[in-house]
Amino acid sequence: MSVPRYWRKQQNRYNLKGNYCETCGRYFFPPRVLCPDCRRDGKIVDYEFSGNGTVRTFSIIRTASDDYDLQTPYAIAIIELEEGTCMTAQVICEPDEISIGMPVKRVFRKIFSEGDSGVIVYGTKFVPA
Amino acid sequence: MVGIITYGAYIPRYRIKTEEIARVWGANGAEIAAGLGVKEKSVPDLDEDTITMSVEAARYALARRDIPRDAIGAIYVGSESHPYAVKPSSATVGEAIGATPVMTAADFEFACKAGTAGIQTCMGMVMSGMIEYGCAIGADTAQGAPGDALEYTASAGGAALFIGNEKPIAEINRTCSFTTDTPDFWRREGQTYPSHGGRFSGDPAYFKHVQGAAHLMLEQMGTVPSDYDYAIFHQPNAKFPRKVSKMLGFTAEQIGPGLAVPRLGNTYSGAVPVGISATLDVAKPGDRIFVTSYGSGAGSDAFDITVTDTIESDVFNRSAAPTVEELLANGKYLDYALYAKHKGKIVMQ
Ligand SMILES: [Zn+2]
Repeated sequence: MSVPRYWRKQQNRYNLKGNYCETCGRYFFPPRVLCPDCRRDGKIVDYEFSGNGTVRTFSIIRTASDDYDLQTPYAIAIIELEEGTCMTAQVICEPDEISIGMPVKRVFRKIFSEGDSGVIVYGTKFVPA
Repeated sequence: MVGIITYGAYIPRYRIKTEEIARVWGANGAEIAAGLGVKEKSVPDLDEDTITMSVEAARYALARRDIPRDAIGAIYVGSESHPYAVKPSSATVGEAIGATPVMTAADFEFACKAGTAGIQTCMGMVMSGMIEYGCAIGADTAQGAPGDALEYTASAGGAALFIGNEKPIAEINRTCSFTTDTPDFWRREGQTYPSHGGRFSGDPAYFKHVQGAAHLMLEQMGTVPSDYDYAIFHQPNAKFPRKVSKMLGFTAEQIGPGLAVPRLGNTYSGAVPVGISATLDVAKPGDRIFVTSYGSGAGSDAFDITVTDTIESDVFNRSAAPTVEELLANGKYLDYALYAKHKGKIVMQ
């Protein structure tokens, strides 16, 4: 991924900036330009998610690509945010600590860095709440 | 009056015991732990650095008191371990707390006192009317070479203090500094680990500057140590702050709450800001706090602080973020091999 592409998504990754449809009340993360339910009748407005949620399902990664190898084993989960929408993110805990339905909250962490001289990408992960 | 508007500390979850480090180097762990007064230290997770800890500390501070993000006019991050040699940590913190773009920012370095230098800068800008609120952060993922004496104490953590004029939870009555060119500790560009002057780091460095700034403060304020309820001194280990507080006439009770080092280790730029946070965790309105930081190279910043009624008012929710005591509890212990992996001491090919 290129540096400009990381940068454009920075506010989504740092502060969980998404949006929601005022017409039907549906939340979107990442943000959408059009509500799939309301189409042209939908009114999309910016929204910053609270970062509180629960684990809907998860997988323990034991073999990863080079950038993430040092971190194995780690948990990747689908997090159901309290506003009702879902996102995929790492949950920082021991592999036997995570369970479906576990409450989590957001934290600010390093996502990865491009070697020793590339850019460091920061963003949102989750920890047990 | 200028003062602390809100505060937040952050300490990573992992710990290693002094005895476990000593075991690897064939040293007497119990003796070293007793000599330094440090039983264990915090270790950053693989995905934590000075920027992530600064963001977490600043977010905790804002959880305690919600201040308008566009009123934050300055962010200064003081550290010896900025993740980039060129690219400011402070700008990422600003982005992550929603304070950008109308603000000034810079990264500070002055060994272990870069955080308190940030407090002074924010005070000046608030008092001159240039900004409404400023954020001063001291944080470090401290480095000590494997086998070096610093390895027993070099830890990770930090704290954020928001400075402003409007209803502070603690007024800063005065600040003063004492600075000379003293080569007690340094790290050259491109080097991973710092170098130090061994025994030279005691008398002509730490003790001279901490006492210099502390005496200056007592003289300027016309106070004596017994006028203060609490005192915080820079804590590279527990021995130095205990000794200097005794030399100055402060008691073990006064430095108690702010002495996090026995279970935290030396968080370098984070040490005094964490000590201030731990003291504000327990302070009551009217309590008076004496602070003296120390940074090698060398200098000390002293502060005279009075806690106000605001700390117990509706505008401030102390329990909305964890106390230093809570952050220190429930650590997860690592053995030396896992610790080496966490600190990047294993080189992957
Ligand atoms: Zn809709």
